[in-house]
Amino acid sequence: MVKINGEDKELAGRKLLEYMLEAGFEPERVVVERNLEIIPKDRLGDILIQDEDVIEVLNFVGGG
Amino acid sequence: MNKMQEEMQRLISKQELDRAFDARFPREMQEKLRSAKVAVAGLGGLGSNIAVMLARSGVGKLLLVDFDNVDVTNLNRQMYLIPHLGKPKAEALPELLYQINPYIDYESVCVRVTPENVKELFAEYPIVCEAFDRPDQKAMLVRELLTQCPGTTVVSGNGMAGYADTNEIKTCQMMHRLYVCGDRKTDVGNGIGLIAPRVAACAAHEANKVLQLIMQD
Repeated sequence: MVKINGEDKELAGRKLLEYMLEAGFEPERVVVERNLEIIPKDRLGDILIQDEDVIEVLNFVGGG
Repeated sequence: MNKMQEEMQRLISKQELDRAFDARFPREMQEKLRSAKVAVAGLGGLGSNIAVMLARSGVGKLLLVDFDNVDVTNLNRQMYLIPHLGKPKAEALPELLYQINPYIDYESVCVRVTPENVKELFAEYPIVCEAFDRPDQKAMLVRELLTQCPGTTVVSGNGMAGYADTNEIKTCQMMHRLYVCGDRKTDVGNGIGLIAPRVAACAAHEANKVLQLIMQD
């Protein structure tokens, strides 16, 4: 089981970027933390989700 | 010394300003604020409001970073005044801040923030406020600060467009060194404009989290 944005999901073995795109996230406007480590944007495509990963995808909206 | 700073210091002495603080806040709090260093990245609706609040609170050193000039479309929510139109924000904002407290160390840099200059600009700052406008730039700055500046805590603004209930604007700790203020959903990209009250409310959340971080240190 994987925890993503606080929710338990069966995502082990899947590509993180693939899941993110499916879930509607745009890589340009998110910050992704996996097991307390920030993932550089150009490495998102390399990450394979592993069992017990804790992932936070923070999505930014415009305005400031 | 800057001309505005000089003129303001002539009008009010440091002792007078200090006495006004003394009357209201415990000395320990003033000392902590005075020795604090905070950077504000982006001097628009969020950043200009945050900087004004931190200057009023007596934060000792402020780094102000923005590449843009003051535009007429900024007047609906940013701290600038008509005489500032056309000036770089990094120049106009210190001018304003000197008129609030001329004894604070303001450093301003007129530059576009990129992954290449994040470390050089911000690594020495224990607290950085993200106050950009575009979502990709916000994400870039937060990502780069958290990876390139290990001693920095980031306070970020996310979602403050429109005029929905301001109670929806909240401060949450999202990651180990990241606090996010905003409703996290209202997006200017969806055609909702930015209006002064919610932008100021979000800026106040950011500034208040900065004060908490300074005081807990």
